[in-house]
Amino acid sequence: MGNVLVITEHMKGEFQDISFEMLGQARKLSTGGSCSALVYGSMKDRSSELGAADRVLCVGGSDDFNPETYASAALQIIQSEFPDLVLVGSTSMGIDLAPVLGVSLDLPIISYCSCIEISGDNFEFTSQLYSGKMDVKSTAPKAVAMVLAGSFSAEDGKSGGSASVENVTADFGVGRVQFKELIEPEAAEVDITQSDILVAVGRGIGGKDDIEVAQELAKNLNADLACSRPVVDAGWLPKSCQVGKSGLKVNPKVYIALGISGAPEHLEGMKDVSTIIAINTDKNAPIFDVAHYGMTGDLFDICEELEDSLS
Amino acid sequence: MQMELDKVHMKVAVLLKQVPDLAEELEVDESGKALDTEYIKFRLNEYDEHALEEAVCLKEAGQATEIVAFALDGEEVDKALFSAMAKGADKAVKLTGPEVEGSRQAAALFAETLGMDYDLIMTGVQSVDDRDGMMGPMLSSMLKVPCVSVVTRVEGKESSVTVHKEYFGGLMAAFDVQLPAVLGIQAARQTPRYAPVSKVRQIQQSAIIEEKSASGVSGSATSKVTTMAPPTKTGGAKILGSVDELMELLKKKGVA
Ligand SMILES: Cc1cc2nc3c(=O)[nH]c(=O)nc-3n(C[C@H](O)[C@H](O)[C@H](O)COP(=O)(O)OP(=O)(O)OC[C@H]3O[C@@H](n4cnc5c(N)ncnc54)[C@H](O)[C@@H]3O)c2cc1C
Repeated sequence: MGNVLVITEHMKGEFQDISFEMLGQARKLSTGGSCSALVYGSMKDRSSELGAADRVLCVGGSDDFNPETYASAALQIIQSEFPDLVLVGSTSMGIDLAPVLGVSLDLPIISYCSCIEISGDNFEFTSQLYSGKMDVKSTAPKAVAMVLAGSFSAEDGKSGGSASVENVTADFGVGRVQFKELIEPEAAEVDITQSDILVAVGRGIGGKDDIEVAQELAKNLNADLACSRPVVDAGWLPKSCQVGKSGLKVNPKVYIALGISGAPEHLEGMKDVSTIIAINTDKNAPIFDVAHYGMTGDLFDICEELEDSLS
Repeated sequence: MQMELDKVHMKVAVLLKQVPDLAEELEVDESGKALDTEYIKFRLNEYDEHALEEAVCLKEAGQATEIVAFALDGEEVDKALFSAMAKGADKAVKLTGPEVEGSRQAAALFAETLGMDYDLIMTGVQSVDDRDGMMGPMLSSMLKVPCVSVVTRVEGKESSVTVHKEYFGGLMAAFDVQLPAVLGIQAARQTPRYAPVSKVRQIQQSAIIEEKSASGVSGSATSKVTTMAPPTKTGGAKILGSVDELMELLKKKGVA
């Protein structure tokens, strides 16, 4: 429909998958216009990986993400390029950029986008609200959209265009935010990205003492223990067990989710697992949409009965 | 007086918002575009709860002098504000005025009300219903002050804060942010404290919620909502009727 600009994301010299996912979709949406990718710092040297782009705009700057400098540079590029649609990841970095760009440019901001299509003279967006319990469709002719990871194919972003690589200059803000350092995660006892079978617990487990129930089940199934974010925030399990957007992406053969609702941020880390079994009291929990098998009921009752059958 | 020198004089505003409790069944209203809010329960946005906790921790560490909790008028807001005071906020302010739709208009109201009166504004990183952007960075952009989101740790200095921002897989970055600033909090340094009902009741009797009226929201750019509906089932799970069936499945998959 017009010109689409993707703000790419990278970490430690690699483009994040979300960059390719957005780019592939941008290419489809930019019929009649051009599909551009904005890259920062030395990622310019990796521009050729952005195969779906017609243009790669290199702004330079530091490789280390900085909310102030990255937003400031993107803002200027958008002001000189006038894209119809700006795609930003619904990610930790994207949360610092998209709302700032939308307000500064007086463009609508569309959060939690899982689908973007063309509808007449407008783009039509699907936002996953209420932790994935409702889909809201909205339309706008121009917007800044925050794209949920895993919504589009990353492969589509790697080919199809023949990008011209252009250097563009931008101002990087006034230095009110200073990047200091990256802080690496603590070493994990178990690397859940390597596990064959995972028993994952969510807030439905209720309390720290009840984790034992899941631990027992995991032991009997020769599985490792994983969890959703609130379980980590509550201090019931270590960060290294966390699956999802701000945790780890896992790919065991079997993933058993106990008392996990299936928020988009959790699904990001496990939805490609080939066998997902969900146990939840709420029959409408979004986890049942991505699970292959489900049981509605109390996880404690089910675990107890399961233990009996196992022994 | 000597002690006072070590103290950081930081005035903190914490923005709170009530959101539908997702444990409830959600239904779409007659318009087909919005949630039917008549029968649902509301609760404090969980990330706002973390923002408040981190603010109270800052004060306890002598790195903040005053915490003011703000909320827009709405469902069960008084309860949230009294409970914020019970947890450690020094004051609570309720914004009355025009009805707002969405986070972006709410951000505009907060921008008008808060202005440059606070050194630090803390709020939850996101909420389950902010369809049109996240409060923290939108507000910062309106106030033209810096913002860092997805923050899990804040340390106050005299004219700046050092924050940890979380990326993924436990990877984080540390930033120094000049004040005044806005922070979108993901998680406090510790589990948010619980305010006992008795304490909330006591506060309710002794403290008052200040009311401030905000004049209005000019039309900000927004997309047009066409429909709201529960997601269409894409295949979905095969529902197992009994633990025996589950056992059989686990055996078939080579797990049990
Ligand atoms: C920037 C950002 C990053 C995030 N990153 C992540 C991430 O990496 N990983 C992640 O998981 N989340 C992440 N989140 C949080 C995410 O949005 C959800 O809040 C979280 O996934 C919810 O976890 P949950 O399903 O365990 O809890 P809830 O959503 O509270 O669900 C609990 C479920 O348990 C069920 N239940 C309750 N009792 C029982 C019982 N007795 N038996 C069976 N079922 C029961 C309930 O029906 C409910 O479905 C992130 C959020 C943000 C803002």
